[in-house]
Amino acid sequence: MLFDYPTLKLIWWLLVGVLLVGFAIMDGHDMGVGTLLPFVGKDDVERRIVINTVGPHWDGNQVWFITGGGAIFAAWPLVYATAFSGFYWAMLAVLWALFFRPVGFDYRSKINNPTWRQTWDWGLFVGGAVPPLIFGVAFGNLFQGVPFHFADNLMPYYTGSFWALLNPFALLCGVVSTAMITFHGAIYLMHRTEGAVQRRTQTAMLIFGSLLLLAFSAAGIWLWQGIDGFAIVSTVDPAALPNPLDKEVIRQPGAWLANYDKYPATLLLPALAYAGTLAAMLLAVNRATLAAFVASSLAIVGVIGTAGASLFPFVMPSSTDLRSGLTVWDSVSSQLTLNIMLWVTLIFMPLIIAYTGWAYKVMAGKVTAAYIRENDHAAY
Amino acid sequence: MLSEQLVDLSRLQFAITAMYHFLFVPLTIGMTWILVIMESAYVMTGKTIYKDMTRFWGKLFGINFALGVTTGITMEFQFGTNWAYYSHYVGDIFGAPLAIEGLMAFFLESTFIGLFFFGWDRLSRKQHLLVTILMAVGTNLSALWILIANGWMQNPVGAEFSYVTMRMEMVDFWAVLFNPDAQAKFVHTVSAGYVTGAMFVLSISAFYLLRGRDVEFAKKSFRIAAAFGFTSICSVIVLGDESGYTVGEAQQTKLAAMEAMWETEPAPAGFNLIAIPNEAEMKNDFAIEIPWVMGIIGTRSLDKQIPGIKEIREKNRERILSGQIAVGALEKLRKNPADAETKALFEQHVGDLGFGLLLKKYVVDVSQATPEMIDKAVADTIPRVAPLFWTFRLMVGFGFLMLALFGAALWSSIKGNFADQPWLLRASLWMLPVPWLSCELGWFVAEYGRQPWTIYGVLPTHMSVSTLSVGSLYGSLAGFVGFYTLLLVVEMYLMVRFAKQGPGSLGTGRYDNEYAHA
Repeated sequence: MLFDYPTLKLIWWLLVGVLLVGFAIMDGHDMGVGTLLPFVGKDDVERRIVINTVGPHWDGNQVWFITGGGAIFAAWPLVYATAFSGFYWAMLAVLWALFFRPVGFDYRSKINNPTWRQTWDWGLFVGGAVPPLIFGVAFGNLFQGVPFHFADNLMPYYTGSFWALLNPFALLCGVVSTAMITFHGAIYLMHRTEGAVQRRTQTAMLIFGSLLLLAFSAAGIWLWQGIDGFAIVSTVDPAALPNPLDKEVIRQPGAWLANYDKYPATLLLPALAYAGTLAAMLLAVNRATLAAFVASSLAIVGVIGTAGASLFPFVMPSSTDLRSGLTVWDSVSSQLTLNIMLWVTLIFMPLIIAYTGWAYKVMAGKVTAAYIRENDHAAY
Repeated sequence: MLSEQLVDLSRLQFAITAMYHFLFVPLTIGMTWILVIMESAYVMTGKTIYKDMTRFWGKLFGINFALGVTTGITMEFQFGTNWAYYSHYVGDIFGAPLAIEGLMAFFLESTFIGLFFFGWDRLSRKQHLLVTILMAVGTNLSALWILIANGWMQNPVGAEFSYVTMRMEMVDFWAVLFNPDAQAKFVHTVSAGYVTGAMFVLSISAFYLLRGRDVEFAKKSFRIAAAFGFTSICSVIVLGDESGYTVGEAQQTKLAAMEAMWETEPAPAGFNLIAIPNEAEMKNDFAIEIPWVMGIIGTRSLDKQIPGIKEIREKNRERILSGQIAVGALEKLRKNPADAETKALFEQHVGDLGFGLLLKKYVVDVSQATPEMIDKAVADTIPRVAPLFWTFRLMVGFGFLMLALFGAALWSSIKGNFADQPWLLRASLWMLPVPWLSCELGWFVAEYGRQPWTIYGVLPTHMSVSTLSVGSLYGSLAGFVGFYTLLLVVEMYLMVRFAKQGPGSLGTGRYDNEYAHA
């Protein structure tokens, strides 16, 4: 079955959201574990316990990131081209931070030398903490508009600097994102550990959960009071062939909250962020850690959903040439490509979820000091 | 116009990161099947030694795999970071196989590799074997989709240009999928990966045999590697030839350049075994020619001609002149889409649009191109001959060298006397780097031979880049070189260390060199 173009454009906005949420839930929890690693593991055995909670899974989880990139390339080529080249140094920082993960996980425990192992532990920290921080900062900049424009042949030009990305609001969004991912990782880690590691992780969980609630609220108030949004004022034809230069855009105070008036159901998204976070904290303290993981996953849906719903229909507004701003209507691939990619996703996503679930089931249970001792040569 | 320095640095960065990535990919591709073979032997015979083989070679495989993953992420993101106009212009077609690779292949490979390493005690024997097989299938499917994407760069089928969206758009997904270039490339490339895996196991096993260590373990590994390697190298050579003669203009240009065929000779053309190409005068200063061979390999016939460089250049001149009209019409059409006359003119010449864009390297308004500029653009359409001529011959030479080695290894495996043939063991050891060299040479021929295009006939390389500053490129290039050097040192250190220690590193108590986990 083939969908019409306007429907496809909307579906792909949702699907990119699903992939981002999937990335944050799956790769996010092992990044959170990486961030917590140097702090909740006090000796080598404890650190190996922490690492081995995600040892069999980090690689599969990382594919959410890679597939997310590929899907944006295929479905929103203009966004992929403009964002990745515009945020050049930020993307490289993410990339280089990620370098530490595969080698950190696989190489760390192959040599029994404290300096070697501690170096990789900090590498895993960098690989866990830097990407969510930068993604948050990037989202913070989307809300303020990004300084780019297109030439007439649609060649994108970015005219800002890397340092301008690190403005206060964007850094606050970076805190939201890092707190969210670390909180989620802490809940996963509590589920897979016991004893001293679990106790220390609980403290971290409470700290990052509270930080998430505070920073998310602060960013919301700032967005409402202090950031001008963008709005399309020309008529939009969702069925038109995508051409980002063919529209008129204005800057408008309060525009980022307009969707909540227009579609009140979207208010459920920020509500879910609060409810999910609070529920996850409560459940985790009471050792219902699996339910807590579900709750913190829902909190992630809430936080990312809130960002997406506020921006809609924009994906990447431009601050210097307003009409160049990219939206869900005019940055997309052709109808054929969107259709093909939709069917591929609908076929493979359930399979991926099924076999990933099986892999977690096979490896389920607490990772203990005894496990590390018995598998000294094989475990991470 | 984009600065030439920016284009050159972008190309250099892509070349370095891609060739570095491909140091790890072929070994991963080959080792997955070798692990499947070893583990199948374990499940069928129940002998522990086969399980130990799977685990030990799996350990080395893992050290290599980690860097394959690390450097693979770079490739996925570099199209966006450094080739933004390319990403916009062909993302509608090129992005799809990359995304499908993630969904269909890379998830499969990466999820099951975790269970491969950590699932030994939690899965039944058959379940674990299934995990290993799925990991291998994922790895090979991954190569398939990447090569479908790359094949489309060489032979862009199933797509049309749209002046409204200012890009290429997919019109026939099946044509992209079953692109003959992509299919030939896939078989050739994965076979080369199998050869790399086989050589790796063969060489290291030969090392143990020369030292007289872990003899049973090494003998069994050597035999598997010899049989698998011989089959694979035959496939590389037979199907490599296949990828040489597939149709399509990109390959014709590449073929003429890598064979230093300046003139169109009467069929069947001769094959230049050795030549000294002279680019300036467009002739070979010296050549040893074998009559008929090129025509037979290239066309599989005695009567079809293969176009020489001079003939291709003249055809390209006409296409550039036609493309010049297409570019001019397109620019008018972008300003006034209602102009029916311009639209008709554009549609008449759109097939040569890419050739017109070649002039953008020399002039912003291509309708103002001088005859000298057109001459330069014509000259640009042929990649430099000498580098292609020699890298291709080196690759082929290495291929036959490996055929000889694997042939000898297989023969003496069948006779059962290889452990007493020090010359064979030493040759196996010393030839360890050869498959890697061949793979890198092969990619050089494929990608350098496609110049001056990123997408043959559609988008010139110099228009494909991101509009970054030259300073940014120097910075990122330095970062990549620094990181990659460090990673290579660490990887080689671990690889050499565990290869030297051998199966003793498993800590099972059954092998030599069982010193404490150091």
